[in-house]
Amino acid sequence: MTRPVDPERRAAGFIALELHESTHDRLVWGMRQNRDKAVAGVPEWEELREMASRIKEHTLTHLDHYLEQFEKSATKLRTHVHWARDAEEHNAVVYDVLNAHRVKSLIKSKSMLQEECGMTPYLQQRGIEVTESDLGERIQQLSDEPPSHIVVPAIHKLRTDVAALFAEKIGTDPKDSDPHALAEAMRQNARPRFLKADAGMTGANFAVAETGGFVVCTNEGNADIGASVPPLHIASIGIEKLIPRGRDLGIFIRMLSRSALGTPITQYTSHFHGPRRGGELHVVLVDNTRSDRLGSPDFWHALKCIRCGACMNTCPVYRRGGGLSYGATYSGPIGVILDPGFDLSKYRELPFHSSLCGSCTDVCPVKIDISDQIYKWRRVVAAKGLLSFAKRVGMSALGKTLAHPPLYHSAEAVGEWALEHLPRFLLYNPLNPWGKHRELPAVPRQTFRQWYIENRRKP
Amino acid sequence: MSPREAILSAVRKNLPRPAVPLPEVPGSERKGIKHGLGYKEHLTRLPEVPGAPDVNEPLLPYFRRQLEAMGGRSFEVADAAAARAKVAELFPDANVVCSAVSEVPGTRRIQDVRDPHELNDVDVGVVRSPLGVAEAGAVWLTQAELVVNALGVLSQHLVVLLDPAAVVETMHDAYERIDLASSPYGVFLAGPSATGDIEGVIIHGAQGARSLTVLLLAPAARKDPR
Repeated sequence: MTRPVDPERRAAGFIALELHESTHDRLVWGMRQNRDKAVAGVPEWEELREMASRIKEHTLTHLDHYLEQFEKSATKLRTHVHWARDAEEHNAVVYDVLNAHRVKSLIKSKSMLQEECGMTPYLQQRGIEVTESDLGERIQQLSDEPPSHIVVPAIHKLRTDVAALFAEKIGTDPKDSDPHALAEAMRQNARPRFLKADAGMTGANFAVAETGGFVVCTNEGNADIGASVPPLHIASIGIEKLIPRGRDLGIFIRMLSRSALGTPITQYTSHFHGPRRGGELHVVLVDNTRSDRLGSPDFWHALKCIRCGACMNTCPVYRRGGGLSYGATYSGPIGVILDPGFDLSKYRELPFHSSLCGSCTDVCPVKIDISDQIYKWRRVVAAKGLLSFAKRVGMSALGKTLAHPPLYHSAEAVGEWALEHLPRFLLYNPLNPWGKHRELPAVPRQTFRQWYIENRRKP
Repeated sequence: MSPREAILSAVRKNLPRPAVPLPEVPGSERKGIKHGLGYKEHLTRLPEVPGAPDVNEPLLPYFRRQLEAMGGRSFEVADAAAARAKVAELFPDANVVCSAVSEVPGTRRIQDVRDPHELNDVDVGVVRSPLGVAEAGAVWLTQAELVVNALGVLSQHLVVLLDPAAVVETMHDAYERIDLASSPYGVFLAGPSATGDIEGVIIHGAQGARSLTVLLLAPAARKDPR
C-alpha cells in the first residue's frame, strides 16, 4: 500500500512562510474577484453554465460515438491519431513519434495530462531535451517542482524567489526582482529554444468531434510558437476533452477565461485542424483511468472539468495552504476529487483537506458537484478502511457520543470543565488540532440545554 | 486488443445512463437564451458593468474598448496610404516589416518566406483579419491570412487590418461565421502576448507579439467598386 501524502503537514510548511501565505491568498482571491466582475457582465451566465454542463454530459454519455467521429474527421484532415490506455502507453507513443523524426530537442506548452503521465522525465531519460515554454511552467521546471495551480503554475512563489532562481539557472541579476525584467529575461532565453526545437508539443482544452480539430488556450502564445515553428506538432488529449460541434465552443470559450482570470477570453484561442503547411500533426487520445471514472455514478461528473481553476481560487484551504501541499498533479478542490481516482491509498488524506464550504461547486462553470464528491470520497476512504488512526478513533467516539443524548450531555459537562480547568499544555498540544493557531473559546456560564430547561421548560 | 479497441470498449461498457440529450446552443437565433445575450441586450440589468455599451451604441466602439482592456489598441485609418503612414509613425525604428497585405507592403513579402525560422528577425508583422469579436476584443486569423502561421507569434509587434463592418457581437456569432476545418490553424487573438505568472503582474510580450495594433480599414475592393 502506498504511503499517503500528508497535505496538513505540507500546508503547515507553506503557512509558516508568512509572506508567501499572505501574498498567495491575496493573488488567488484576486483572481476569484476578477472572475466575479467578469461574470456580472454576462447576465446569461447561469444559462451558459447549464448548457455547458449538458453539452459535457451529453458527450460523456455518448463518448464512444464522439471519439470515433473525432478520429474519422481528424484523419480526413491528415492528422495522425494515436490511442493510449495509460500514462506509460502515452509516453511510449510520444517517444516513438519523436524518435522516428530523430527529435533531440522538444519545446512544450502547458499540459496537465502530460504532467499526469510523467512525460517529461520519461523523455529526458531517453535523451530528449524538454523545455517548458509557459513562463510559470518553466519556473516550476527549473525549480524541479510540479505546477501548484493549473492556470498559474508558480503563483506560490514571490518575485524574489523567481529572481534567485533565474540568477542561478539562467544568469540574471539576483538583485533585480522586477517581474518585467524577469519575464523579458525568459523571453530572451526561450526564443532560441523555440527556433532550435525539432518538435512542439501541446495539450488541448477542447477537441471537436465534428471538425476533427482541437483548441488550445494560452495567454503567452507559447503553444502557437511551438506549433508553428518546428515541423512536428504532437498534442496529448484526454478522452474527456471531446465536445460535439464547432459552435459548442462559443459556450466554453466565453466561460473559460472569465472563470479563470476574469478576462473575456484568453489572449490566444488557437484552433488546430490538420497539419500546417509544411508540417506534420499527431494527436494522442489518452484514457488513463478516465473510462473507469465514467462508470462511477458518484464521480463521472468530474470528467466535465474544463480546468479553469475557479474552484482553486475560491477555496479557503487551497488559498492558505498552497497547491504544492496536495502533493499531486491536480491540486485544489478539483484535485481532491480527481487524485484519489488515480491512487486512492496515496491520496486518501486529500478529501479531508477541505472545509466542505461548497464555494467550489458554486463557481464551477460546468456545474460539477465538487463539494458533494469530496464528501463521497471521504466515505470511500472510510469504507476501504483507509482512515488514519486518529480519525478512526475520533470519528467512532464522536459517532457514539452524538447517538446517545445522556453520553453527549455528560461529554458537554466534561468538555466545559476541561476548557476551564485544564492547564494550557494539555489543551494546546499537537494532539489537539483545534488548539493550533487559535485560542479556544471562553466557556459560557451554562450550556444551551441548561438555559433552555431553566427558561423555557418552566410551566 | 489494440489500445483503440480497448479504450472504446471500456468506454462503451461504462457509459453513464440515462443518456443526456444535446442542447441547442445560441447562434444568431439565440437559442436556449431567454432574455437576449451579451451586454447590449441586458443593459437595463447591467447598470454598473464598466465598459458596457450605451443603448443603440454601434458595435465598433465596444469592440475597441474591449480590445484595449485586453492590452491592444486600435486606430481608424482612411486609406492604404494612411495605414502605411500609421505603421511608419508607430514603429519608426523597425528594420524588418513583414507583410501579408497589399495595403502595407513593408520590407518583406510573407509570400517569399519559405520557412518559419526566417521570421525570427521580424520587427513588425502585418496581416488582415476577416472577423472581429466585440465582447472579446479579439480578431480572427487563419493560415489563409497569415500564409506562414508563425508571422503572428514571432513578429515582435503585430499590426492587423480589420474591416470595421466585420465586427460581430459575441463568440457565438463568431463561431457561426467561421469554418473551422477549412484552415489548419485559426486563432482568436485578443491583444498581445501576456503573462501574469510572476505575482500576477500583467506583462505584455511574454513569448509572442509585444503589442497588437488594429487598423480599422475596409478592404480596397469594397471601398473602390471598380
